[in-house]
Amino acid sequence: MSVDMRTYLAHVELANPITTAAGCASSGRELSQFFDLNRIGALVTRSITMAPRAGRPTPRMAETPSGLLNAVGLQGPGIDAFLDRELPWLAHRGVRTVVSIGGGTVNEYGALARRLTDAPGVTAVEVNLACPNIEDRGRVFARDGAAAAEVVSSVRALMRYDVPVIAKLSPDVADIVAVARACVDGGADALSMINTPVGMSIDTETLRPALAAVTGGLSGPAVRPLAVRCVWQVYAALPGVPIVGVGGVLTGRDAFELILAGACVVGVGTALFHDPYVCLRILRELEELLSARGFQRLADAVGLAHHHPPGGGTRHRPDVLPDPGAPGFGAAPGGSDLEESSL
Amino acid sequence: MLTTRRVDAYHALTLVAPGIAEHLRPGHFVAVAVGGPRSSMLTRRSFSVHDVKPDYGGTVELVFTVRGPGTSWLADRRARDTLDVVGPLGRPFPLPRDPVNCVLVGGDYGSATLFGLADALQRRGCRVDFVIGAESAERVFGALRARRMGETTTLTTEDGSLGMRGRVTDVLPGVIADVRADVVYACGPMETLRGVTAVAIEFDIPVQVSVEEAMACGFGVCMTCVLPVIGEDGITRMVRACVEGPVFRGERVRFEDVGTIPFDAAGAPGAPSASTSPASPGGGGGPRNVS
Ligand SMILES: Cc1cc2nc3c(=O)[nH]c(=O)nc-3n(C[C@H](O)[C@H](O)[C@H](O)COP(=O)(O)OP(=O)(O)OC[C@H]3O[C@@H](n4cnc5c(N)ncnc54)[C@H](O)[C@@H]3O)c2cc1C
Ligand SMILES: Cc1cc2nc3c(=O)[nH]c(=O)nc-3n(C[C@H](O)[C@H](O)[C@H](O)COP(=O)(O)O)c2cc1C
Ligand code: FES
Repeated sequence: MSVDMRTYLAHVELANPITTAAGCASSGRELSQFFDLNRIGALVTRSITMAPRAGRPTPRMAETPSGLLNAVGLQGPGIDAFLDRELPWLAHRGVRTVVSIGGGTVNEYGALARRLTDAPGVTAVEVNLACPNIEDRGRVFARDGAAAAEVVSSVRALMRYDVPVIAKLSPDVADIVAVARACVDGGADALSMINTPVGMSIDTETLRPALAAVTGGLSGPAVRPLAVRCVWQVYAALPGVPIVGVGGVLTGRDAFELILAGACVVGVGTALFHDPYVCLRILRELEELLSARGFQRLADAVGLAHHHPPGGGTRHRPDVLPDPGAPGFGAAPGGSDLEESSL
Repeated sequence: MLTTRRVDAYHALTLVAPGIAEHLRPGHFVAVAVGGPRSSMLTRRSFSVHDVKPDYGGTVELVFTVRGPGTSWLADRRARDTLDVVGPLGRPFPLPRDPVNCVLVGGDYGSATLFGLADALQRRGCRVDFVIGAESAERVFGALRARRMGETTTLTTEDGSLGMRGRVTDVLPGVIADVRADVVYACGPMETLRGVTAVAIEFDIPVQVSVEEAMACGFGVCMTCVLPVIGEDGITRMVRACVEGPVFRGERVRFEDVGTIPFDAAGAPGAPSASTSPASPGGGGGPRNVS
């Protein structure tokens, strides 16, 4: 049985929920040597900055158990080169493109949004809030709801109304729901989580930090439980807001886990480094899983775990029936193992 | 995987990989997944290719030294185990159009990649001379083969246990002068490449070096493998060793600045604005996935 894998990022329809994660697929060209980029839901670019950036010194990466620390520092050619060479290349091929942007001031994000407004081929804009705020002594925007909201609303105000603005959140905060809510109040149409939490490792041979930048962002399966928790909490608090779940997805099962927590789109990052074909495999596995569990539509699985609290017996409690107002619950999922739960 | 054997201080693995063997050119590398399917080691390990043979539809041989958990897992593989390998990756060694005199310099396992190159050069009528060195005799790789293939072969060890006592860069000027070398090719540790490049610059002859940088993806998307390289236009950029390299013209690599962002590099904090190079997909034949 084939499953309807379509999903919505705000009002934009994607053919399926699997996208690349920002910074893990460059601008798509390298990946396109391996497969047709139109086969994934969308290509999320690396975070584009105003000026060209050389990034951080090397070593920029260190492997950790089931994870990877990186401190690349947003190396890239800047918005001019992106608009000249990279975006047209994607637009020409009709690739659904989410452009990630990064800046050091609210104005810089605004300037990036202004440059993107008239560029053809922008499906959505993702605001990478894990950038140091120059005007706040380098405090990362994502750690401060007010600063994050200010960035989001300046981008939202400048982007065309039909281009959704996604706020990308970091897990290194006391209250992810508060930051998420501030971003939504600032005009975010969707939320993406999680960016990498900050970690560190020390080389016990050289007796020095393994990364030249000392600390770096931790990604890979090691952070998946953090991503699941963040998606879960935000979905529970803001059930109407579309969530892009990102963090440690290696398999269709992992994507399914984030979807059950409340994600309607799933980003794949570090797994790409291991296997450039991984998005296609994850998509296939996810579809098989949904089909095996009797789902006809991906949308029916989004956030479903919220309605199945832990403990077998509670699945039959009438007070935990899906909220009919929540997105994705228009139709009860089909299939025996769900019918059995008295939906 | 076909066979595994010890060669002095190194391990050699022969893989049946027709897709890779068919498209591989000297200087290409491959990326191997380590730790099995449920591995906690997420990044592939990169290795240059020592030998390509037509047997079994096409085999490639890797030569490696155990450094950490990934290579030690690899060292425990046995014949008939399956490996997950992606390749060929990177830009291979450019070959001269004319039959010129080439000196091939290898440090440690870096010499492994030189024999395929020597073969390609000799088929073009080039003269090939080898300079191979390491810290001690058991870390000198391929001395016998070099002696068979090269017009001359000069070996060096730092402890004097084989060949001349010293480093490859100590003997290189003499070899270049003796054989009237037109071009130098080198693969080995960064320090060796830096020294070899300095010698070649002194003789005013071109030098091609194959560098080694820590790589997370091997195909150009992660931006972890960068080093400062001077472009055609004289501008230094942080370029990716995996797709723009691993082979570079030695005099273009700013060896003394590896591990830093030179202040005058494109996009360096406070640097004059200059656009970085266009994202170019990996060279050579297109990567293939095999088991
Ligand atoms: C183009 C290229 C060709 C290479 N060819 C050979 C070869 O022919 N023979 C050989 O023995 N080794 C070669 N290396 C080095 C080899 O990739 C590393 O020794 C190996 O990755 C170490 O893995 P590990 O788990 O044993 O060590 P660890 O130090 O535990 O590795 C941890 C992480 O660091 C990365 N890493 C560490 N050191 C290096 C390094 N020097 N280069 C690249 N990645 C590194 C690993 O990929 C891994 O992600 C090559 C490297 C490159 C980039
Ligand atoms: C090498 C690397 C570079 C990244 N660059 C960016 C970036 O430019 N912008 C961004 O928002 N996130 C960036 N991220 C974070 C990822 O998009 C993602 O949120 C995170 O890695 C968790 O997902 P994963 O475990 O699937 O990799 C980067 C991650 C890695 C590993
Ligand atoms: S190893 Fe990922 S870009 Fe070179």
